Amino acid sequence: MSNELLKIKNLKTSFRIGDEYYAAVDDVTLTLNKNEVLGIVGESGSGKSALAFSIMRLHTRAKIEGEISLNNQNIVQMSKSKLNKIRGDEMAMIFQDPLTALNPLMPIGRQIEETLFLHNKKLGQQGRKERAIELLNLVGILRAERVYEQFPHELSGGMRQRVIIAIAIANDPELLIADEPTTALDVTIQAQILDLIRELKEKIHAGIILITHDLGVVAEMADRVAVMYAGQVVEIAPVDRLFENPLHPYTKSLLNSVPTEGQDRLHVIQGVVPTLKNLPRTGCRFAERIPWVDASHHEDNPTLHEVESGHFVRCTCYEHFYFPDNKEELENGIS
Amino acid sequence: MWKFIVRRLLITFPQIVFLSVLVFVMAQFMPGDALTGLIDPNVSPEALEIQRERLGLNNPWYVQYGDWVGGLVQGDLGQSFRFKMDVTALISERVMNTILLSAVSLFFTYIIAIPLGIVSGRYNDSPLDSFITGYSYLGFATPIFIFALVMLWVFGFILGWFPTSGSVAPGLDAGTVEYYISKLYHSLLPGLSIALISVVSTIQYLRSEIVDTKQRDFIVTARAKGASENRVYNKHIFRNSLLPIAAFFGWEITSLISGTVFVESVFSYPGMGLLFLESVTQRDFSVVTALVLLFGIASILGALLSDIILSIVDPRIRIK
Repeated sequence: MSNELLKIKNLKTSFRIGDEYYAAVDDVTLTLNKNEVLGIVGESGSGKSALAFSIMRLHTRAKIEGEISLNNQNIVQMSKSKLNKIRGDEMAMIFQDPLTALNPLMPIGRQIEETLFLHNKKLGQQGRKERAIELLNLVGILRAERVYEQFPHELSGGMRQRVIIAIAIANDPELLIADEPTTALDVTIQAQILDLIRELKEKIHAGIILITHDLGVVAEMADRVAVMYAGQVVEIAPVDRLFENPLHPYTKSLLNSVPTEGQDRLHVIQGVVPTLKNLPRTGCRFAERIPWVDASHHEDNPTLHEVESGHFVRCTCYEHFYFPDNKEELENGIS
Repeated sequence: MWKFIVRRLLITFPQIVFLSVLVFVMAQFMPGDALTGLIDPNVSPEALEIQRERLGLNNPWYVQYGDWVGGLVQGDLGQSFRFKMDVTALISERVMNTILLSAVSLFFTYIIAIPLGIVSGRYNDSPLDSFITGYSYLGFATPIFIFALVMLWVFGFILGWFPTSGSVAPGLDAGTVEYYISKLYHSLLPGLSIALISVVSTIQYLRSEIVDTKQRDFIVTARAKGASENRVYNKHIFRNSLLPIAAFFGWEITSLISGTVFVESVFSYPGMGLLFLESVTQRDFSVVTALVLLFGIASILGALLSDIILSIVDPRIRIK
């Protein structure tokens, strides 16, 4: 019996724009072990959320190819009714924006009870209520009995995010996906929510995929980190290795962009993430943002190379990457 | 919630007072007075002046307003010069007909519009949706009086399924079961004519609300819980999409009570709309004034009803 909970192989998620399909997630291969926290980082538009939604199959109009297996059940091919049995039960998700993720017309208690009702028919009405209040207490909501009867608009953003977490963990999922759970919250609340997730990690024994663009969060919470750029995983490594020995130019640039003390200028990555329609489909996708690296150093079809145990990096250009010293070279490429 | 309703009711009261002042002042601006049309032209101006003094028509406007309101609260709306009877009696005869017609057309409207709106919104951009939307455009473009004429011609004259005029068959005693059945029967065709045209706005509202709601984040949350598509639609999308329809409900009633003028005249249906139309063309001012006031009160009450319904269905509106 392996320790493997989730296996993603050659996943490609495409959206239709006009008459053509464009892949937002392209050739992603990942595994997640039981009780492990995998951080996924990347800029906005790098395909992190598209990946999370693919795992839950929450895209309504997307073409998903490849393989996603949760406990050896292939989610990509699964029937809707089977899918509904495992969503909210074996796998659950915490969403980005707590202000819009709850039904405005339904009391908090009933929103939690719905997921209990859908997956545990034996629990009676009273049992559901008790469990809902227990969950509210578990996520650190004071006066749970009162909140049980309240509506979402009566709660603050942080409280609502706690409720969403309560819904996600209601049926003790084996896989919990947290899609930028703190992005929409202000800083003090962010810290509280992260503390809560860390605390729950010990209690619920789930494999967690933590999607974020906050490297600090990843450093604190994750066991392994996958860095995504333009729909692909460009580097994946145990968390300490990634921070000690980042290899891919994009990872290096990201880490270099974190402000540190005594720094007079903040490093900026040139350009922007290309839009879905303009993604380079061949060659190294990061090449155009590091023009000073000679084109011959990029692979034609970059693949993930294992450079040390558990540490993979895409494209060999990392061997030749450096940060240029002067501004001119940075802007004009190699002279 | 009760607090909200009471507060909302309290606001309604000054609105009605203001409306009555407005209606009264407008009536004062109309040329002539109660005596000009009513009196034999051979009566001498001196005698008229004595009558004016006796009836209080020379009093300042606020005294007259006071008299008018005093009559109003006792149910005295004056006399109709055309029908030679009390306006109160005249209107109360018609009110029941109009209320019946409104209820029938409301019933048809919602029974047709809600299922069509749901289908159209849930399966948007499908052939079925295109068909329903096509019908909506047709309905928007069709004038109600033309449509009512066609209905009358097809179902009243050619097929003979429905009576073609009046609100009750002659020779029936009020209060008998046959009488009420006949009343209902007479209201079906005009009611259906109104409904078939007025459904289109409700269908399109509901459709666009559903299309909108199904892309909201909490729908994703519901799916992530493992709710089936049917459950997502019935428990989450439908109720959220009904909010604007509920808000519209009171207004819909108001517009029916005052807006059935054309249909009532096409079907010669003795309701308030028809009475209003006749009174305006024949300058029966006391009836017109009373009806304008009544329509005004109906729209204030309609808005009140909308707010109360909305406060029941939408918890965000309830005020603590």
